[in-house]
Amino acid sequence: MDSPKKIAVNCELNGKPAEFLVAPYQSLLETLREVLGLTGTKEGCNDGNCGACTVTLNGRIVDSCLVLGAEVEGASIDTIEGMATPDGLHPLQQSFLEEAALQCGICTPGFLVSAKALLEREPHPSEERIRLWLAGNLCRCTGYDKIIRAVEKVANQNS
Amino acid sequence: MHPFNYIAASSVDETLAVLDELGPRARILAGGTDLLVQLRGERFEIDSIVDIKQVPEARALHVGDSLIIGSAVPCYQIYENSEIANLYPGLIDAASLIGGIQIQSRASIGGNLCNASPSADGICPLIVHSAIANIKSPTTDRTIPVEDFCTGPGKNSLQNNEMLLSIKIPLPSKGFGAAYQRFIPRNEMDIAIASVGSAITVDTIDSNITHARIALGAVGPTPIFAKKSSDFLIGKQPTQHVFEEAAEIAVGEASPIGDMRGTPAQRLQLVRVLTQRTLTIALERAKTNL
Ligand SMILES: Cc1cc2nc3c(=O)[nH]c(=O)nc-3n(C[C@H](O)[C@H](O)[C@H](O)COP(=O)(O)OP(=O)(O)OC[C@H]3O[C@@H](n4cnc5c(N)ncnc54)[C@H](O)[C@@H]3O)c2cc1C
Ligand code: FES
Ligand code: FES
Repeated sequence: MDSPKKIAVNCELNGKPAEFLVAPYQSLLETLREVLGLTGTKEGCNDGNCGACTVTLNGRIVDSCLVLGAEVEGASIDTIEGMATPDGLHPLQQSFLEEAALQCGICTPGFLVSAKALLEREPHPSEERIRLWLAGNLCRCTGYDKIIRAVEKVANQNS
Repeated sequence: MHPFNYIAASSVDETLAVLDELGPRARILAGGTDLLVQLRGERFEIDSIVDIKQVPEARALHVGDSLIIGSAVPCYQIYENSEIANLYPGLIDAASLIGGIQIQSRASIGGNLCNASPSADGICPLIVHSAIANIKSPTTDRTIPVEDFCTGPGKNSLQNNEMLLSIKIPLPSKGFGAAYQRFIPRNEMDIAIASVGSAITVDTIDSNITHARIALGAVGPTPIFAKKSSDFLIGKQPTQHVFEEAAEIAVGEASPIGDMRGTPAQRLQLVRVLTQRTLTIALERAKTNL
């Protein structure tokens, strides 16, 4: 087979239009990190199990290691880089710091993107619901209680 | 991943033309949660992926005379649809336990079926809901009951030039209930050691069972339609004693292997327990549906 041609992709990335070239077999995770230089999204397992690579695709959380860059033509993507604003950290980011919900931090962008999607959908989830929603995100160092507490704290601040 | 081309098909004809041209060197992409993992693991090599998520028939999801689930519809669209959730409880049990939330954003029931894993969580519920696979090639359309679709671990009855177009499930009758359960070592995100789907129909709150279907997962080379235990239930009173007898017959219809996940004896015991449990839940649901 001839070496596959790169594909031009247009999408919305963190609220702004983006245009880039990807190899057809490149994952969205590689595209973000290596083509677009957005290294906030992390690679843990590269097979859908750890959630470190979680981003939002058209409003739904996905593992970006299991999406091809070429698949996001016309889509809207949000990554960890879009979470803080010029005014400051997102409440979840602030809460993770205050509750010491991270150690090495590799899992953190994925947890934050997942938790944000949950709270936007359900402002007052139960602890059980938070644990279930975050089951696709693994953490090897911090343990889950602090992470859950950090998310609950923001949920309690929600009106 | 090794180099391959990406084609976003916009129609069934375009999809089939690629399959016809490239044969086994092309693979259909639905959610990619099996395919991309397998390609990365170098299980096989291909020249091209054909993404069907923009093909209208593969995106369809509607309830009319029956439920039509386009082959690429992701799990969340199924369980977030309240009409479907009310009518097809066994299917909802499965769609909401496949992977985690990230996986459910992408994984389709069609991909789950085509991947033909013996432990696939979507297949037993489809069987007990009497689902039919709609299959298309460049020249013909055919249908096949889901219980006949898988032919071995990772193998299905599709020819190289055929695609699964959609899954069709008849409207359940009054007094129908279904349930699906699996046993996994963790609470979420794991592969079933054994699983069971059950469906029963009763005419009135204290009538005999008029219809029943049981399906077993991860205890054979494919998900199994347990015909003997299903037939045994018809005409019987839906009592715990009868469910125990049906579970014993279901155990005889399983042929599990032993592997790192579980021994044959453990799997058979799980079939026994999960058959009784899913029949009990199916009955409760049937009674709310009278
Ligand atoms: C972290 C993780 C957790 C998982 N957990 C579970 C679980 O709990 N339970 C479970 O059952 N599975 C699980 N899976 C496996 C997988 O998510 C499911 O099998 C899923 O339903 C596959 O659907 P898909 O749309 O992603 O399929 P894809 O990966 O897109 O396709 C699967 C296969 O089917 C073929 N195919 C797809 N559509 C068609 C079509 N229309 N016609 C012909 N061929 C087609 C593809 O070429 C491919 O070979 C998990 C996977 C991961 C990565
Ligand atoms: S890197 Fe994508 S899920 Fe682990
Ligand atoms: S903080 Fe290290 S993996 Fe979670």
